[in-house]
Amino acid sequence: MMNSSPSPTASGSGCTTTSSDESPPLDRPPLLVLRSLSDAWSLALSAKFTIIPPSSPLSTSTHAVLVSGAVNRVNSTLLDQYPSLRCVVTTSAGVNHIDLEECRRRGVLVANVGETYSKDVADYAVGLLIDAFRRITMSDRYLRNGFWVTRGDYPLGSKLGGKRVGIVGLGSIGSAIAKRLEAFGCKISYLSRKPKPTANYKYVPNIIDLATESDVLVVSCSLTKETHHIINKQVLQALGKEGIIINIGRGAHIDEPELVRSLVQGEIKGVGLDVFENEPNVPKEMFEMENVVLTPHQAVFTPEALSDVIQICIANFEAFFAGKPLLTPVIYS
Amino acid sequence: MEKIGVLITHQPLPYLEQELTRRGCRLFRLWEAPETSRLEFCRENSAAIRAIVGNSNFGADAATIDALPKVEIIASFSVGLDKVDLVKCKERGIRVTNTPDVLTDDVADLAIGLAISVMRRIPSADKYVRSGAWKKGDYTLTTRFSGKTVGILGLGRIGIAIAKRAEAFDCPISYYSRTEKPYPNYTYYSTPVDLASNCDVLVVACALTEETHHIVNRAVIDALGPKGVLINIGRGPHVDESELVAALVEGRLGGAGLDVFENEPHVPDELFGLDNVVLVPHVGSATIETRTAMADLVLGNLEAHFLNKPLLTPVV
Repeated sequence: MMNSSPSPTASGSGCTTTSSDESPPLDRPPLLVLRSLSDAWSLALSAKFTIIPPSSPLSTSTHAVLVSGAVNRVNSTLLDQYPSLRCVVTTSAGVNHIDLEECRRRGVLVANVGETYSKDVADYAVGLLIDAFRRITMSDRYLRNGFWVTRGDYPLGSKLGGKRVGIVGLGSIGSAIAKRLEAFGCKISYLSRKPKPTANYKYVPNIIDLATESDVLVVSCSLTKETHHIINKQVLQALGKEGIIINIGRGAHIDEPELVRSLVQGEIKGVGLDVFENEPNVPKEMFEMENVVLTPHQAVFTPEALSDVIQICIANFEAFFAGKPLLTPVIYS
Repeated sequence: MEKIGVLITHQPLPYLEQELTRRGCRLFRLWEAPETSRLEFCRENSAAIRAIVGNSNFGADAATIDALPKVEIIASFSVGLDKVDLVKCKERGIRVTNTPDVLTDDVADLAIGLAISVMRRIPSADKYVRSGAWKKGDYTLTTRFSGKTVGILGLGRIGIAIAKRAEAFDCPISYYSRTEKPYPNYTYYSTPVDLASNCDVLVVACALTEETHHIVNRAVIDALGPKGVLINIGRGPHVDESELVAALVEGRLGGAGLDVFENEPHVPDELFGLDNVVLVPHVGSATIETRTAMADLVLGNLEAHFLNKPLLTPVV
């Protein structure tokens, strides 16, 4: 089922590129690529486009560019460097690395991957939540250590049904999490900058109230100045001793030393964390804890997601070259 | 229930023990007697014992029932009654109750939790972090759960609850049961092999009977295949365990999430080194909320019987 695959932040390898005197064929329009490409990306892109590296003299006349959230900044400097750009597609959902106002000013269209990552991240959040309530990882470890035979049954877990879930950030991922958890009989409330009129869940305008009214908080918002350490000491206190936190956002959403302190003191019940403030470092106090589930920033990494991301980026470029609206445009507002 | 003798076969939930005692029952703790002298323990106390509280591991077989001529009711702390000799109970006029509905949600939650856990390798990823391996490199890709076809063996209360949850992940639902059910959105297959051939995740959710013993056999495992995942929240004997172990070790089956085993608490240790299995110690209904609700049903059934009122959840 699952063989090891190359890390998604993979190596550059055989791209199809033009030499400096050739014009790209009309059926494979030129695409500026500013990040290294895995084999899967190279293969898929070169079937439809002519890949132009930054070193090529054609780079300054190319209209479309593929960028990575991790590696590239799309700002005035870049847009000046490649003045023919009219379309930017990023392989991420987040757009913190793109100066959207500058793009809008220059008439440059921007697309991200839309909701492509949302289902895998939502699945992982739900998986961590069920694990935290029902002790799946810990009881699996207990069983493999032989303790079911020598010590008897594992201590009881906690039922999901009827539990109050507070979702921090009801974007694409938060909504997908809410939809899933409703089927388990959880009661959903949420915090976001503004209430969402289409959402059928209770809107709570501040994080302390959300924590007070929730049995579990799920962090699924984007990381901004406002949401840095959104889970802090006051929130942990408001959540209380029976509270659980699931974080599939960013490590910096949580005041990590404060969280560790709360766990050590038994001030909250448990956590499921896929992200940490200083990855891949994880506070070592957590390694001995039975009420934590710790995963290495895995939520989005399925082969299906990687394939979907390639497809959505290609589809956006194809739409651009055909003069059609982008599939997953980012609107600056 | 003053002075009524109740045989408890297993170490009970403290709440249940307290309540039985509070109501004046005399408790006989079968699980404390050495295995070889359990029948003798029954015979010695048979004059007093009028009720048995069993569970999914220790029920009441024919020999036990024969050793207890005064038993009038068996109130099982479980929904499955495969460990109770129902034929014998009918012959003797012994009433039998179980604990349906109150544990449906927990078991269904666990089924989905195990599926995500296996496919996304959460326990293995946790171990990866705790061992310090993350500092040396990223973990591998893991398989998406959303949108995969979920095949359910047995579309009873628990099967339906599993389907409802899987639908929230946009999983197409298919199922096998003895007869087709009125769920037009779910695809019916008339044999377990056909179901296994046409799904990504196969969940065992039927009752254990003679017919469903080893319902997941070599043929079904082969049909599920090297990308397929088996989830068992039914009973260990639903699955031919040695075939399952061989298939997992040899890579002929993609993965398994198992809550039950043929010889609990013993689990084949060939499985312990595998990253594509999740093994939990029969925790399907193991939450404080559900076990308390199950205890209330056991107490309610016993009380009803001894007050000559209608039983709450009779099976026999």
